[in-house]
Amino acid sequence: MSEIICARGVTKKYADGKTVFSGIELMVSATQRVALIGSNGAGKSTLLKCLIGLLPLNGGEVRTLGESIGATSSPRQLRRLRQRIGVVFQHHGLVARQSVLTNVVQGKLGLAGAWHAWHQSIARQQWRSDAQEALRQVGLCHKAAARADELSGGQAQRVAIARALVRKPKLLIADEPAASLDPASGRDVMALFSQLSQESGTTLIYTTHDMDHALEFSDRIVALKSGSILFDQPTADVTRAALQEVFHG
Amino acid sequence: MAESALPARLTRLSPLSFALLVAAGALLVASLQQVAPSPTQLAQGGPRMAELVGRMLPPNLEGAFLQRVFWRMIETFQIALVGTVIGVAISLPIAWLSSKAISPVGVFRHFFKMLVSLFRTVPDLVWALIFVASVGLGAVAGTMTIMVDTIGFCGRFFAEAMEDADEKPQEALFAIGASRLSVLCGAVLPDAMPSLINTTLFALEKAVRASVVLGLVGAGGIGQELKVAFDLFQYKNASTIILVIFAIVLVMEFVTDRLRARVR
Repeated sequence: MSEIICARGVTKKYADGKTVFSGIELMVSATQRVALIGSNGAGKSTLLKCLIGLLPLNGGEVRTLGESIGATSSPRQLRRLRQRIGVVFQHHGLVARQSVLTNVVQGKLGLAGAWHAWHQSIARQQWRSDAQEALRQVGLCHKAAARADELSGGQAQRVAIARALVRKPKLLIADEPAASLDPASGRDVMALFSQLSQESGTTLIYTTHDMDHALEFSDRIVALKSGSILFDQPTADVTRAALQEVFHG
Repeated sequence: MAESALPARLTRLSPLSFALLVAAGALLVASLQQVAPSPTQLAQGGPRMAELVGRMLPPNLEGAFLQRVFWRMIETFQIALVGTVIGVAISLPIAWLSSKAISPVGVFRHFFKMLVSLFRTVPDLVWALIFVASVGLGAVAGTMTIMVDTIGFCGRFFAEAMEDADEKPQEALFAIGASRLSVLCGAVLPDAMPSLINTTLFALEKAVRASVVLGLVGAGGIGQELKVAFDLFQYKNASTIILVIFAIVLVMEFVTDRLRARVR
């Protein structure tokens, strides 16, 4: 299996010099679903951002989708990399006053001719169709014309997933996508994530605090603790006791 | 156990604060003596004002004069509208370049900020004098004045609105490789739009009021007619013009208030 992410000896420090994590080794193969777990402040979100060049590294090297990320990477290189990745944050990050369709079309921003993606009214026909298809996949076709601020939290997160999927990325990154939702909506969102990534053969890496989500919607669990990897195992091999140790041990 | 003392009724001032307070008081008293109207002046000015108002009534309602005032008012509105539209169009990129959070030019944003400050701090009548001297008497000088005045006003408030825009959509779009320009057009401007529209409507309202007086220094519009009326002691004409100005400003405020209420 080809490697989508290859991180070697990755180190990250805060501005005050305190180490977030160091010596992280992480290989992720195509089509894997990886859950990144750890308590608050363990550095899960920071690691995710380092893997896609949103935060600079203080040591080590990362290759994501064949692009090298390091201190010498230019903003243009990093942008080119991120154009091939779908990202969903804990907060959906939709533009509140825009329609749902425009928000999904904006998933094409960063591609050539990006100005067409500023608004659905000036988008290429193909991009509009892609956006409608992505909305169909998340079950929100009927909301295409609604404003984003009229949606419930769960619906908004599903639109954010559609925005991430519309460019058909090889890699989907999600930073606690269910954390701001009620348990039922959170589970629906995770199930949707898992199903869509499996259907499209997309690699999925997400952070979560929810052990049930990690056990149900991943092929592999990577646990971070005290600035390093506590364990990195296939989900089938992870025990409840091991999970308890991540948070309490 | 020590008893807790009752706080003093007044906070004790430091010597420096007390000295500054006394100096400010002295400046106010001196200024009142020098520039405030005295009771004698008020007593003498009141009857003169009443006499002037008497000479202004009834307003001149002759057809030919009203027609002239109408066309001058149209010109005034054109000056305000064109000046505002061009000013707003120029303000948008300047606001982007000068805003703290999203400027693409780093520390050079201070240059654009200073430019906006310069446009704002110089009064519009001074700009009008400069443009009359540069491009000659008439409406073009008035339009250029309104344009510069609008950039000074909108440049600042547009920049603040852009800085206040929700950062989460911006982060989300940056994360998928969007350029700064795409983030501006895709996330910042839509989020700041109600504020941008409100500021634009205020600018238009302000421009209509300002364009009325620009004629006093030869920059076109109804102000020119008003100046002629006062210079030639045609007070009945002057009162007609003042009433028309009053009506137009009221209509403008009514229309912009209605438009503002529709923005969400």
